[in-house]
Amino acid sequence: MSLPKILTAHTHLPGIETFDVYRKNGGYAAVEKAIKTMTPDEVVEEVKKSGVRGRGGAGFPMGMKWSFLAKPEGVPRYLVCNADESEPGTFKDHWLMKTIPHLLIEGMIVSSYALGANASYIYVRGELMYVVRILEKAIAEAKAAGFLGKNILGSGYDLELYVQPGGGAYICGEETALLESLEGKRGNPRNKPPFPAVKGLYQCPTVVNNVESISTTSWIVNNGGDAYAAIGIGRSTGTKLISASGHLKKPGVYEIPLGLPVQEFIYSDEWCGGIRDGHHLKAVVAGGSSVPILPAAMLLKTAAGEDRLMSYESLADGGFATGTMMGSGGFIAMDETTCIVRNTWNFSRFYHHESCGQCSPCREGTGWMEKVLHRIEHGHGSMHDIDLLVDVAKKIEGNTICPLGDAAAWPIASAIRHFRDEFEWHITNPQEATRPGAVFKGHMELV
Amino acid sequence: MKVTIDNITIEVEPGTTILQAARKIGPEVAPPAMCYYEPLKASGGKCRACLVKVTAGSEKDPRPMPKLVPSCITQVQDGMIVENTVNEQVLETRKGIVEFLLLNHPLDCPICDQAGECHLQDFSFQHGVQQTRYEEERRTFEKQDLGPNIQLHMTRCILCYRCVFTADQITGKRVHGVLNRGDHAEISTYIEKAIDNDFSGNVIDVCPVGALTDKTYRFKNRVWFTKPVDAHCDCEKCSGKVTLWYRGDEVIRVTARKNQWGEVLDFICNTCRFERKNTADWTIEGPTKVARHSVISANKYGANKIVPEFARRLAASQYKDVHEARDTSQLNIKQLPEERFKALIPPAGESAVAGIRSIQNWAEDK
Repeated sequence: MSLPKILTAHTHLPGIETFDVYRKNGGYAAVEKAIKTMTPDEVVEEVKKSGVRGRGGAGFPMGMKWSFLAKPEGVPRYLVCNADESEPGTFKDHWLMKTIPHLLIEGMIVSSYALGANASYIYVRGELMYVVRILEKAIAEAKAAGFLGKNILGSGYDLELYVQPGGGAYICGEETALLESLEGKRGNPRNKPPFPAVKGLYQCPTVVNNVESISTTSWIVNNGGDAYAAIGIGRSTGTKLISASGHLKKPGVYEIPLGLPVQEFIYSDEWCGGIRDGHHLKAVVAGGSSVPILPAAMLLKTAAGEDRLMSYESLADGGFATGTMMGSGGFIAMDETTCIVRNTWNFSRFYHHESCGQCSPCREGTGWMEKVLHRIEHGHGSMHDIDLLVDVAKKIEGNTICPLGDAAAWPIASAIRHFRDEFEWHITNPQEATRPGAVFKGHMELV
Repeated sequence: MKVTIDNITIEVEPGTTILQAARKIGPEVAPPAMCYYEPLKASGGKCRACLVKVTAGSEKDPRPMPKLVPSCITQVQDGMIVENTVNEQVLETRKGIVEFLLLNHPLDCPICDQAGECHLQDFSFQHGVQQTRYEEERRTFEKQDLGPNIQLHMTRCILCYRCVFTADQITGKRVHGVLNRGDHAEISTYIEKAIDNDFSGNVIDVCPVGALTDKTYRFKNRVWFTKPVDAHCDCEKCSGKVTLWYRGDEVIRVTARKNQWGEVLDFICNTCRFERKNTADWTIEGPTKVARHSVISANKYGANKIVPEFARRLAASQYKDVHEARDTSQLNIKQLPEERFKALIPPAGESAVAGIRSIQNWAEDK
């Protein structure tokens, strides 16, 4: 069976970032098809049928999100593309935008048409200025060819596309913080409700979608929602870009059909090619740094003993006790040379640095957890610090304005849940544990 | 629209928030609020002190809400059932919030001007635990002068954003805001600019802690030694309705009037606040009503009235036992051995003395 390629079908072609090569390989056919032969509602209907789920991390069905969009008379609607990819371990959107920018532009046009937006924004992470320039060049090319601007393809539909670089804050990847930032304000998440679908950008109804989600829409329009839904497994339809990193033989961005066994993804030569020579898999963060970390054995098999699959449901099987989340697809593999305590401290340092400081549990709690983990890692911890971390994580989780609090709490809670003996070893053997390169050698289940 | 909070049902207007509904019922069930400020639009939702459990969303959709919700910005639905003081999870979370807010707070109450009228003090006294588990160093800032009348002591700030909203909504132009991120975020003027406009002083009143203080009043006195008096004057800029804080016959501070929840009723101008400090400038209306539990009311009522009721009742009932065991005709209360009373009333000091006196009164009344 040949593997379905939806986003990466043409990415290997030289010059695909230019309009001409992209157009020659079937590009912008979706814009023609949608604008000339379909009504906006029909496009929404196809996306609904496809069952494609938000690829930014939450996995909310995209068609349903679109159908929630309020449509009051005389009020503009906006589509905003969230290209503020900053999750540690995730780099798929960055790669997709720089490799094949027109795929996103085409998706933006089709999606804007479906939602009735006449101005759409791509909010790009501040560190990626060169991607901003690539996108702006692509937009200029598309505009010159008549796919953007006034009266697209003679249909009377107008669309202006703007690229806005952010300031490089992780929090601006949260959709309401992104909207605040886009409006020129401080990037603080808003209280919800009201949701962006009712009051979003400039208090108008807005849809915020991930780069990868928007990029799939042109394929869905070309081939139909049912064809998309035929790929994948259960409610996890279609393909997903996975950013594989860590101690793998072949790290990189892969487009996998959802439902691929995790075992196959790690060890098959077609994908990551296994763990680097002479080493064994110890733990995996399966969906970007904010999802719970899992020991290798738990990742490959669910609690019921079945093979775990790369799908939203299978990865979440067993809840947080034995499962994790698909997240944004940042697959970080760690072999037995990885110190879980140091890794957890590193993650918590990130969340401490990136907390916006608006609501108290996250503002104070992330800093506290970081300091306690720093103490444990550097040989000054005590046994009650472990329970303290669990308790603080519990008091942050679910009590914050936006999911950053949860994202900061989950990795720490899960690391302690699955690797408690390693934390204890750090506390009871501080001299040994603080030696450079020292790693816990106790009982571990490696694969 | 009917809403039930802690098993008490109340009828409210549509659009009311849970917190407003709870305040209508009374202070016993009203959730604490550290950032929400009714006179300021868009305030609330940040401190998470007012999180409550919604066990039934509405009459139509009686499912419980999965997470705790901030009661200050969540509007009630018809038939909503809310648990505040009766829910273990809510109380546990609130303990956590107190701990988080105090994590980087200096606890310098003994030298803080706000002590005695500090919302964070009240909040941690009512909902917190006695000890912190925080062993690390606290973050600190240098003090900043925001113009001639206001001092900012950022170390004490809990980032409620009230002063930012005040500057946005009350004054013409905002020149201060929040800089930086996370636990190093700070309230600041851009490049230490002075806040200079007629209504800037109101940021002092809205600050729940001692982060923004009145430089004309700094270190002048403790709030419980002063006497608040309502007064007004004809002011061109504001309503002129203020509270004067007297020490002896000297006005040492002027603030806006506040309601039961510590919220400003009428914002006042800087002339009233900083310059009119003579009784002759004002028409006195009468003493300000201060809640009985407040430390501000200490020394302002008769001694008997602050006797803890339980001690009085305990003493009275135990006296009764003593009384019954003895020949009543022989009893002379004033000759009872003093040790007896010491055993009756646990705490020494003011309340114990008052307790003895109350027993005497009780006996003499008989």
